[in-house]
Amino acid sequence: MDKIKIGIPRSMYYYYYKDLWINLLKQLGFEIIISPKTNKQIMNLGNQYAYDEMCLSLKNYIGHVAYLQGKCDYILVPRIDNFGSDNQTCTNFLATFDIIHNLFEENLLNYNIDYNHHETELKGFIHLLKPFGISKKEIVTTYLEVKEKIKVQQKNEVRTNLKKLNSLNIKILIVGHPYNVYDDYIGKPIIKILKQLQTEIIYSNLFNPKIAQEESKKISKTLYWKYSKEIIGCIPRIIGKIDGIIFLSTFPCGLDSLVNELAIRKLKLPTLNLVIDDMDSLTGFETRLESFVDVVRERKKQKNEEKN
Amino acid sequence: MKKKISFPQMGNYYIVAKYLFEHILDAEIMTPPKITSKTIEIGSKHSPDFVCTPFKYTLGTMIESLEKGANVLFQAGGGCRYGYYSELQEEILKELGYEFTYINFVSEGENDLKKIYHYLKQIDPHFKIRKGLYYLFIASKMVKYMDKIDDYIRLNIGFEIKKNSFQNLNQKMLKEFSKARGYFHLRRIYHQYKKKFRKIEIQKPKHPLKVGIIGELYTVMEPFSNYYLEIEMARYGIEIKRYTNVHYLLFEKGKKIKKYLKYAREYIHYKMGSDAADNIARTKYLCEQKYDGIIHIKSSFCTPEIGAMPIINKICKEYDMPIIFFSFDSSTSEVGIKTRCEAFYDMIEMRKKHERLLSRN
Repeated sequence: MDKIKIGIPRSMYYYYYKDLWINLLKQLGFEIIISPKTNKQIMNLGNQYAYDEMCLSLKNYIGHVAYLQGKCDYILVPRIDNFGSDNQTCTNFLATFDIIHNLFEENLLNYNIDYNHHETELKGFIHLLKPFGISKKEIVTTYLEVKEKIKVQQKNEVRTNLKKLNSLNIKILIVGHPYNVYDDYIGKPIIKILKQLQTEIIYSNLFNPKIAQEESKKISKTLYWKYSKEIIGCIPRIIGKIDGIIFLSTFPCGLDSLVNELAIRKLKLPTLNLVIDDMDSLTGFETRLESFVDVVRERKKQKNEEKN
Repeated sequence: MKKKISFPQMGNYYIVAKYLFEHILDAEIMTPPKITSKTIEIGSKHSPDFVCTPFKYTLGTMIESLEKGANVLFQAGGGCRYGYYSELQEEILKELGYEFTYINFVSEGENDLKKIYHYLKQIDPHFKIRKGLYYLFIASKMVKYMDKIDDYIRLNIGFEIKKNSFQNLNQKMLKEFSKARGYFHLRRIYHQYKKKFRKIEIQKPKHPLKVGIIGELYTVMEPFSNYYLEIEMARYGIEIKRYTNVHYLLFEKGKKIKKYLKYAREYIHYKMGSDAADNIARTKYLCEQKYDGIIHIKSSFCTPEIGAMPIINKICKEYDMPIIFFSFDSSTSEVGIKTRCEAFYDMIEMRKKHERLLSRN
């Protein structure tokens, strides 16, 4: 019998759960198809299906789903509501499943995370995979195994990210949701430009999430979005070691419009607020990034001279 | 220094808030200044670029009331990013150099009663919880009565013979509401005015055009922010139906949302944040009740409603129902909206005539 093919769109949720999904589903005997890295074609598909007022990241997601149409048996689209009432997620994360369900006629695989109503991740997977004839015991053991593996991997990532802080180059922290920063259409071009300018890039999402959650209270007391907390929480601890911060968000991101504004008002470092709507032309971004890096470099020079 | 309290404004509900705080707190309560185009101008000047419009409106009102001498500001909210407004607004206002106490009734995106009690005790050390609860009860009843009358007005205002008779009477009633001595007095006033409203002369055809209004809560409920679209439409001789009001949000939403999800099961499986799921279910209901058209109102960048729009559109296509989407921002032109309203009215009227002709043959 052929293996069941499960398609995973390489956008939004993928950047949080890729290790878990790929390992878990492969071990349980599914074939996985991941949509390719975002390119112009996928973005066009997204624009075709999505509504023009949606945020760029959601359009991107819809583009990836459209690409997977007809190429697999099921598409995995989870719904993530909250991890407790002070750890909520963006509204798009709870609406995406229903939007995709109405826009496309593909078979969808869906699990729901809603800790306020006792829907945990493991429970979600059990509900999801039981109809395929996999026993509960098998799901639980593989899930725990994979989780353990991911923990070790994450620790290594955090360590390499922290090591970058000792570099002598200009260190720039990129604050942005991983699905924007690592996306090949949205964030990668920006990072490429920054690397050409000889800067050390530190990613805000590669820190210990638990510590980040605690530390985020120093910037914003009432913040209740899990993913925003995790990317903003690293700032208070490393602020002495970095030279500049770039806030990367897509247009019109609901969370970032408020959170980034608040953080920029409270921080006393050079900051740049990059809002990305369209990446057809990079010239504008190049100019802005160059001048920003120049400002940061001059500032560092002055500081060093004062010290001597 | 005497405390002067102010709060953001939404529709006529400032009367209830003023009534409540006046009775339970020993402080001066300021009626928030009426929203004008200047309010929104000030608000958007100091707001981030792509925040949703209610943020700009409430910030504008707050700045205006601070200018007039208020020194305690209330803000509350929850649901979507509305729950997070307050922290940024406080920061913006402090940076502008105002001195005030900012009381934020929100924690973790939801209103928290314990925290509210704590704050009220801070403002007025003599605050008594029993008195507070009694007046809270009256305020909730007042909201209920106001919304009931509003529903009646919406159904009939398009057919009044003497112009403005409904609005004038409504203003009179609200004035009396704010002087209510207690619950029974309030109830008596309500019943009196209910009779008076019934007596207002109207000229209503047997089968008038019926239009349902759905959408994001602030823009729907604050008439200034939607350029009085409701009354504008009603003037064409249309019965207006609207579901979202404060009574619904506070007391009915929790119970009804499950029913709504069950009702619209073929379209949605989960809550979609804020009022999105409710609006989808209402769309289906309006379609099945054979309304003549639906108007969807939202402020620009309202994420939950943007998510709901493709689904609402799909339902309307399946039922062959005319729908028009309005997205309001600080720079929306009023003339453009009027033109679109007119065109929409012409279209649904023509459809109705056509249907009648078909049924006669």
